[in-house]
Amino acid sequence: MTGVVRLIRLILRRDRVLLPLWVVPLGLLPSAYTASFKGVFTTDQERIAYAQVSQHNAGFVGLYGILHGTSLAELVAWRSGFITVMIGLFALLTVVRHTRTDEEAGRTELIGSAVVSRHAQLAAALITTCGASLVLGLLTVAAMIGSGMPAGGSLAFGAEFTFSGWAFAAVAAVAAQLTSSARTARAIAVAVLGACYALRVGGDISATGDGTLSWLSWLSPIGWVTHIFPYWSNNWWPAVLAVLFSVATAAAGVALLGRRDLGAGLLPAGLGRPGAAAWLRSPLALAWRLHRGLLLGWTSGFALLGLVFGGVAGSVVDLVRANSGLADIFGRLGGTQSLLDSYFASVAGIVGLIAAAYAVQATLRMRDEEQTGRAEAVLSTAVGRYAWAASHLVFSLLGPAVALFAEGLVARLTYPSAGVGGVIGSAVVQLPAVWVEAAVAVLLFGLLPKWSAAAWGAPAISLLILMVGETAGLNHWLLDISPFTHVPHVVGGAVAATPLITLTVVAVVVGAAGLAGLRLRNIPD
Amino acid sequence: MTEAIGAEGLIKRFGKVAALDGLDLHVRTGEVHGFLGPNGAGKTTTIRILLGLMRSDGGRASLLGGDPWAQATALHRRLAYVPGDVTLWPTLTGGEVIDLLGRLRGGLDPRRRAELLERFELDPRKKGRTYSKGNRQKVALVAALASDVELLILDEPTSGLDPLMEAAFREIILQEKRRGDRTVLLSSHILAEVEALCDRLTIIREGRTVETGTLAELRHLTRTSIHAELSGPPDGLATMTGVHGFRAENGKVVFDVDADALEPALRTLVAVGVKSLVSQPPSLEELFLRQYQRGDGK
Repeated sequence: MTGVVRLIRLILRRDRVLLPLWVVPLGLLPSAYTASFKGVFTTDQERIAYAQVSQHNAGFVGLYGILHGTSLAELVAWRSGFITVMIGLFALLTVVRHTRTDEEAGRTELIGSAVVSRHAQLAAALITTCGASLVLGLLTVAAMIGSGMPAGGSLAFGAEFTFSGWAFAAVAAVAAQLTSSARTARAIAVAVLGACYALRVGGDISATGDGTLSWLSWLSPIGWVTHIFPYWSNNWWPAVLAVLFSVATAAAGVALLGRRDLGAGLLPAGLGRPGAAAWLRSPLALAWRLHRGLLLGWTSGFALLGLVFGGVAGSVVDLVRANSGLADIFGRLGGTQSLLDSYFASVAGIVGLIAAAYAVQATLRMRDEEQTGRAEAVLSTAVGRYAWAASHLVFSLLGPAVALFAEGLVARLTYPSAGVGGVIGSAVVQLPAVWVEAAVAVLLFGLLPKWSAAAWGAPAISLLILMVGETAGLNHWLLDISPFTHVPHVVGGAVAATPLITLTVVAVVVGAAGLAGLRLRNIPD
Repeated sequence: MTEAIGAEGLIKRFGKVAALDGLDLHVRTGEVHGFLGPNGAGKTTTIRILLGLMRSDGGRASLLGGDPWAQATALHRRLAYVPGDVTLWPTLTGGEVIDLLGRLRGGLDPRRRAELLERFELDPRKKGRTYSKGNRQKVALVAALASDVELLILDEPTSGLDPLMEAAFREIILQEKRRGDRTVLLSSHILAEVEALCDRLTIIREGRTVETGTLAELRHLTRTSIHAELSGPPDGLATMTGVHGFRAENGKVVFDVDADALEPALRTLVAVGVKSLVSQPPSLEELFLRQYQRGDGK
């Protein structure tokens, strides 16, 4: 493995800003939860009541995982359940960035011609990413012990974070070998992460109900690491499972690397059409070609989410029926229907946020087109800038609509006794908030193109607000930053129109400012 | 004769850096015009202003009689552009890109397309991401050359082509020239290519035009280099105006001479008595290097 150490130093040099940017905040986020829980629950009774409700709230269990106990430490560890997904995401992005992205750009060829062994680059990327995950876990351990939590549980908590990073670094190591394009490699790894999350959501929600599908969680590395249950059972054997998975998967990645040529993928790149189909003659048709894979992928993912959320809706109802106290509360609020409404509303909040990520990704395709010079090729033909941008925006604005509708529709089909308005409606009303986040991306792309990638901050901030949100007792104006805070709940098939109209107007104004900027600026900039 | 491209005093700044600093470029309708300059001289920036992709900070530009910024879309129907570094959509085949770009410009000649594919030995069925740099260049060239347009703007079109394909490219441009109904702006730093193809040329350096004219006019500015073996001492030759870099050794002399001093210099040689003589014709290369070296001297 000649050259690995030097390549690790190169990665650390290139990512000296990027790595701390995710390692430190994610590692310390649990401390923020600790502080905010301490602030919100002034008495033990309040905290215990909150924990008991959360244990049975399918939306919460879906988002964060299963909650057993009621202690502060357990609440913090449970609330941090989604952080494992974010760690997995950053780990896989880092590995792809330093393997396939470099290879596609031709930098691997440059490095490969120097004195480094064939596997050195993959090894360096894996070691660096796993090391970063370890540092992240240790940060969490230190912070938790520092705030007076039990040491054994804190160690288990740190392991939960570290091993989720390892598992998805390994997944990315395999994905990077499969295709010759970094984007496809990223998409494959993200899809695996999404599937793992969906499996955990399905399994865990089922476990709170009749438990028939609870085995789903055991198919997923995200399921394994969250089932360590720090501070509750400190169950180490799922952690062993995660480590074994990481080692085996990384080994598979190394083996696959040995079986292919530089620049090539294992999935064959076949021959295609010698000429364009008759319909491929407009910027919109081109945009369809460029976005259809993304649309199909996201829509299938959303349909899967609908299947999961619709599938567990039954257990939610059963659960509440079994618990006479909760049944009374919901009975006074409007019966089972209202219970389902609030369940689907909290689910839709999560789904809407995921749709926003899709919208931002689709919008930023324009930036990608610009940076690669393909936008220049199109704009030097008789296609104006507005027409070019509009053809992409069709997909970044309507694509999420299709995806959200698919989620609602499948959830409704899976759980037919729910009201149509409640299920499909609560998914679709997220759309104006999704558009606002897409509009932020358009604004940056038009006016501050070099900062386009900062558009990811919009869904990230919304996610943070959703995760920390009301627990932290944040100021209301801080919550109001997220457009999703303003999305009205669908109650009995009816919804307040004013916030939806306001959000749409905000999206139009912000997006129009971005387009005006695009009209006047240099391309490429 | 009308003007296809007219640029006067173009200025373009990126932050504090002036990419163009009063650049002039005049391309007559129907000619093949060479646009020469070292890397970073501002060739691509000029082209992007002419395409309305960037707006100049000063000066005046006209393209096919219109304003390249305000009337970009309408003007683009009448031109085809090949960028210096061609990237294709990874999932579209070469053939699809050729057809798409042609249709977006407003028409493609299918016969010409087939002819060009064969001439460039290009397989149009391969996906964008699997083409080499040279083949990506060919895709863009076929799309441009088969398009039904009056102006071709080619930014270093042969930079990725092998010598065989370079020859094919020259032949095709010469064909275009014989047909005479198209104007070509050919940016390049390959002198042989420009000498072979262009009617007139413009040389730029650091965002300014340093020379412009026909090949013959510019050759006039170049020097012939002479190697001669003489029977006697070369009296007065070293100090003659127009003679540069004179060296004498064992009865041999080596020097460069300006075009207008060539005749008196040869007379002097003949008067002394010439045993052997090698003269190298003036090449653009030399003019080019001299223009560039002037910049290094600063």
